[in-house]
Amino acid sequence: MGKVIQMKGIVKSFGNIIANNRVDFDLREGEIHGLLGENGAGKTTLMNILYGLYSPDAGEIYIDGNRVDIKSPSDAINFGISMVHQNFKLIQSHTVVENVALGLKGTGFFFPARTVERRIREFSQKYGFKIDPHTPVWQLSAGEKQRVEIVKAFCRNAKVFILDEPTSMLTPAETGELFKLLRLLRVEGKSIILITHKLDEVLEVCDRITVLRGGKKIKTVDINEVNKKDLASMMFDQEISFLGRENRMRKVDKDIILEIKNISVLSDKNLLAVKDVSFNIHRGEIFGIAGVAGNGQKELVEAITGLRRTVNGNIYILGRDVTNVGPREILDKGVAHVPEERIRMGVVPSMSLEENFILRSYNKEPFSDGLFLRYDVISNHAKELISRYKISALDEKSPAITLSGGNIQKLILARELTISPVLIVASHPTQGLDMKSIQQIHELLLKQKEDGCAVLLISEDIQELLSLSDRIAVMFDGRISGIRNTDETTIEEIGMLMVGGGDRV
Amino acid sequence: MNLIVDILRAAIPAGTPLLLGTLGEIYVERSGILNLGVEGIMIMGAVTAFGVTTLTSNVWLGIFASTITGGMMALIHAFDCVTLKANQTLSGLALTMLGSGLSGLIGKRYIGMPLSSKLQNVPLKGLVNIPVIGPVLFDQDPLVYISYILAFLFWFFLFNTRFGITLRSVGESPEVADSAGINIPAIQYFAVFLGGIMSGLGGAYLSVAYAPVWIEGMTAGTGWIVLAITIFSLWRPERAILGSYLFGGVRVLQYRLQPLGISPNILNMMPFVFTILVLMIASREISKKRIGAPASLGVSYQREKTL
Amino acid sequence: MSKNIWVSFSVIVPGVLAIYLISGVRPDIIFKSIIVSAFGSIYGITETLTKSIPLMLCGIGLSAAFKSSIWNIGAEGQLLMGAVGATWIALYVIPNAPRLILLTVMFLSGAIFGALWAFVPAILKIKFNLNEIIISLMMNYIAIEFVNYLVYGPWRSPFEWGFPYSTKFPLNAQIPRFLDTRIHYPTLLLALFLAVFVHILLKRSKLGYEIKVIGENMEAAKYAGLNISRIIVVILLLSGGLAGLAGVGEVAGIHHRLRVASGISPGYGYTAIIVAWLGKLNPLLIIPVSLLFGGLLVGGDSIQVSLGLPGATINFINGLVLIFVMAQGFSNNRIFIKKGRNRV
Repeated sequence: MGKVIQMKGIVKSFGNIIANNRVDFDLREGEIHGLLGENGAGKTTLMNILYGLYSPDAGEIYIDGNRVDIKSPSDAINFGISMVHQNFKLIQSHTVVENVALGLKGTGFFFPARTVERRIREFSQKYGFKIDPHTPVWQLSAGEKQRVEIVKAFCRNAKVFILDEPTSMLTPAETGELFKLLRLLRVEGKSIILITHKLDEVLEVCDRITVLRGGKKIKTVDINEVNKKDLASMMFDQEISFLGRENRMRKVDKDIILEIKNISVLSDKNLLAVKDVSFNIHRGEIFGIAGVAGNGQKELVEAITGLRRTVNGNIYILGRDVTNVGPREILDKGVAHVPEERIRMGVVPSMSLEENFILRSYNKEPFSDGLFLRYDVISNHAKELISRYKISALDEKSPAITLSGGNIQKLILARELTISPVLIVASHPTQGLDMKSIQQIHELLLKQKEDGCAVLLISEDIQELLSLSDRIAVMFDGRISGIRNTDETTIEEIGMLMVGGGDRV
Repeated sequence: MNLIVDILRAAIPAGTPLLLGTLGEIYVERSGILNLGVEGIMIMGAVTAFGVTTLTSNVWLGIFASTITGGMMALIHAFDCVTLKANQTLSGLALTMLGSGLSGLIGKRYIGMPLSSKLQNVPLKGLVNIPVIGPVLFDQDPLVYISYILAFLFWFFLFNTRFGITLRSVGESPEVADSAGINIPAIQYFAVFLGGIMSGLGGAYLSVAYAPVWIEGMTAGTGWIVLAITIFSLWRPERAILGSYLFGGVRVLQYRLQPLGISPNILNMMPFVFTILVLMIASREISKKRIGAPASLGVSYQREKTL
Repeated sequence: MSKNIWVSFSVIVPGVLAIYLISGVRPDIIFKSIIVSAFGSIYGITETLTKSIPLMLCGIGLSAAFKSSIWNIGAEGQLLMGAVGATWIALYVIPNAPRLILLTVMFLSGAIFGALWAFVPAILKIKFNLNEIIISLMMNYIAIEFVNYLVYGPWRSPFEWGFPYSTKFPLNAQIPRFLDTRIHYPTLLLALFLAVFVHILLKRSKLGYEIKVIGENMEAAKYAGLNISRIIVVILLLSGGLAGLAGVGEVAGIHHRLRVASGISPGYGYTAIIVAWLGKLNPLLIIPVSLLFGGLLVGGDSIQVSLGLPGATINFINGLVLIFVMAQGFSNNRIFIKKGRNRV
């Protein structure tokens, strides 16, 4: 088998972080090649270089043995390389046809939709799935969107498909279909790079695997030569250990902190996103919510934290009705909120750390005397939190954007914990963070639990939920498809509930 | 009946500068750029057309020159917004000031001067005899006919060509367009340039066809109304036609009501008050239909440089 | 940065060249004439100071608005309505009141009129999600026509030989001036005081903090539980009120009557936009920048008279300055977080 792609000695750094440190990588014709590593290992950076989104600081790329310069995605596309990004590169308000036609060559200037529509139909017949070319993308499920992405790549005559964490948004069933499709593509002689951090996936579908860790290539191995344990030991730094389910106490109080009673919430598109959901969270309990993104978790969190109105039902905190009272009142009831999009919502990136630390309490004693802010108090407050939570920052006056993702998350947690909350609502608190930050954030949450705080933890990472939560609820299509005690459930069962199998509560 | 035909027939030329400007601004905004400089570009178009027509005694040369001026003015905006990634609002305002100043400077010598050759009405034989529609639509000057064709072409290209898809994609999500290999600066430069040409043309219409004179500040807010109609039209050329002639109608009413003894100042407020009302209606429609401005309108695009 | 120098040249050189080519007047003569008339004599300096007063007041208000990413382009109309508010009090409500009371009420009324004019874009932004740029601009045109309507219509004085003027203000409604200059110093002192006040407000107060959060990250503002609608209204009322004060100063300090809009303001409200940005949205910095632009306006009048250039020349120069300011990157240092979505 010939080598379609060779990358030699790729180096890429951002500021003083080296994302790729002399990485070698090669891809054979007609193989599915897993690019394995934990978050921050440099997988996506390496592939963004191959796709022309970043230019490498050093290193060479060969396609079919010829040295090439890939300056932009359009170069990459011309070389037959297509990439399906983790966050789909689709235009929500446009139809499937329009999305596929974007940047597509050989469609004719006029009425490009006609040609594209035919190609989409061809493709869906050949690989046996349905896709309506004229549906606007925002109406599609995650799995369907991904298929649109693959159709896009296919229509551009890609011979190399790069898929970045393709299963992160998919249900297990959709994942199965995706793998079936990938195998079909392999048969046709296409080469596929699968970026992932999930061991089971690479073992299931890949031919060869390249493991990255901390920006360096550890090894490329044939699938037959390794087992799960080998891969895990290559992936993870041995010094960091996982928090196991076993090594902590499971002591849950009877007091109910949060009571959700039959609430329904609308989405931005005015559709019912949360449908008649009820549950309770007790003092000292971590209550996990699992589910594929877009099944109402976001709207549920916003309703609880006062950012979105409910259309039905009630929310009680410590027995008091706090339905539709607004974020400030919810905060005053002792509810901390670690928002999903930490940079877009959790901080004001251009403002200083000290100002970010008071984002939720600037209007209260001791930071404000009613009309003016007390910057000396604010500054001391910031210094104390920076040292207590070991936030690496230049000083309290530097803008928040100068921090790394992990440190921004610590800033947010530090700020939210200053109110001594009775309940923490944490939305994807560790998404996209490095291993060390993840561990620190887990420890912070567990510490709060021990101190009697209730935690509502929303995550897509089932492993994380299993290792932290006392109970796990699964959301599917706006409803809770099941609530399980963590000790009595399995990944498989949670996975089933995520696709709607199971009881209704 | 005759009165209605009369008003409608007058509403079309009154709405034509608006239509031309709006068609251009729709493309500009569809590419994600907000050009608040329409007023300044229009007035420059008006003075250029008047000046060149006076100089050459050829009204078409004047009109052509106004498109060049408009395009050049717009390129300043494109340079600010696309290349420098400066604040789009500020750049647009600067352009308006620049245009109003420069046109005053250039136009000083033309004040009070009659235009040597104005655009004449050319009734289209055959078509003009259709009752109502004929006299309203087909007893107009050639630039009006050109505006009909342009409106069709702008609609057609936006929704039925590869270029249209690309343009709309850039305005909705430059990230997506970028990863599809689209040259975003090129598209945006082109759209802004085209918008400038159209605004220049709209300005020319004012000074060589609608009111063939040069008066300092003669656009009197037309460019700003163009921005409002762009919103009202929900960024669709076919709706721009409706919006423009609606405002043309208001303009006509403004003159028809004068003999009734209403203060001209109060009548002059009409288009602006009407604009606000129309925007309120459009906003309701937008929230109901869940459609809106191009999603990245007014945001300068930069490829992410960090992790 | 070299890029900025290059840009500055690419703006200034053709700009100056354009003035030369069109008007036939040598640029150095134009600039000399502007500088000499604005700063070269005692009279010039006092006139510069006089014209800087409305720029200062409007600029201070706009800086607060722009800091919160609220694009109030309506200072011109708000200024004019302030003038109307003052005239109404002076001529029709309490014309016989003692000076201190009369002037105080006039200033208050002017501020309220200006603020109310700014309330329209505020409420439409909150309730209809309408872009305040377009609405505040439309309000300018409406204000201009309204002032003209008043002086041609119901408020026209029969004693002014047919000029579109209102009746002259009673003596008690005229703001005292410094010696025999036109500097209505109480307004100037008020402007200086407000510059310091708004500076402290922005830097140290709770509202200032809220303004910054809203201006930099609207999502974070919602998350933090800020009452965004209330703050938008407060900011627009503040900036409209300040522009209104400027209008009071013009009619009660300079003209002593209401006149047609273009007679009251040669576009102070628009020039103030540049003043605010060139002053880096810092009220203290706006003081010297206002003086500079006051001088530019004086110079603009002078080149009209002495060199026969149209008054619009100064608009052109203003436009050049604004592009120049932008190219210097005064405004684009926030691209990263700017989600400045201009919806409707």
